[in-house]
Amino acid sequence: MPIGDSIPFTGISWDDVLFVILAATLLVSALLVVTLRDIIRCGLSLTVSFASLAGIYVMLGNPLIAATQVLVYIGAISVLILFAIMLTQTKNAPSKLVFQTQVLVAAVAAVFIGGVIIATILTTTWPSGGQRLWTATADVAHLLFHDYVLPFEAVSVLLTAAVVGGVYLARREIGKNEGDKP
Amino acid sequence: MSNSLDSYLVLSALLFAVGSFGFLARRNAISMLMSIELMINAVNLTIVAFGAFVEPLKTHAAVIALIVIAVAAAEATVGLAIIIAIYRNKKTPLVDEYDAMSQ
Repeated sequence: MPIGDSIPFTGISWDDVLFVILAATLLVSALLVVTLRDIIRCGLSLTVSFASLAGIYVMLGNPLIAATQVLVYIGAISVLILFAIMLTQTKNAPSKLVFQTQVLVAAVAAVFIGGVIIATILTTTWPSGGQRLWTATADVAHLLFHDYVLPFEAVSVLLTAAVVGGVYLARREIGKNEGDKP
Repeated sequence: MSNSLDSYLVLSALLFAVGSFGFLARRNAISMLMSIELMINAVNLTIVAFGAFVEPLKTHAAVIALIVIAVAAAEATVGLAIIIAIYRNKKTPLVDEYDAMSQ
């Protein structure tokens, strides 16, 4: 092995360093998503947060979920969101206020939610082995296509229905909006 | 730190709190959808973290996370389509100006 498990002379393991870097990237980009004024930048930093979360999935020994995260979230949902942003941006009236008037209440509520969840996590003894397990993709495939085949089919029907419904909702009605085109 | 379940759960709780703040505070409808995506990601991180640390849940957690990702994709599709349909009528993406279901 070319490098050891931990940084020489300090005893900090490389996994910890990687976890801290990925977690910091995730939280900072998530905060940028909810606070930036320019919504295009919000969408781009949402992509960064998806990517760092994919890295955390790899650290958790789940390469299949990480690949799905990259394909579905970065590849599809980010592009969809950026398209929607570009379709709904108004040139004449950029939003002066990013936040609603209840922003302080929202901040207090979010801190409260986070505090309650963290307190619950830290006071509960979880049945954890203290070691990350590697999830083999073949096992996931066997489980998905044997025990979970009904949810799998239900999800495929749901996705088809959602795509058809999305096209129906977002289509331009012919002859209705001709007069007020910009 | 990277070998304890608690750190991953705390990370996902922080991500969920950030997402809920964005959902409650932002004015733009698409920003609210992005915050929902952040919250879904936090939940998914919790599921995968439990799967990685608790032996009996190992493969089940991966399957459930895959299903959650697919449902989130469906939700994003329909949500963005609804926002674009409302934008056609109201000419604004700001939710505090959506004060009637139809015009």
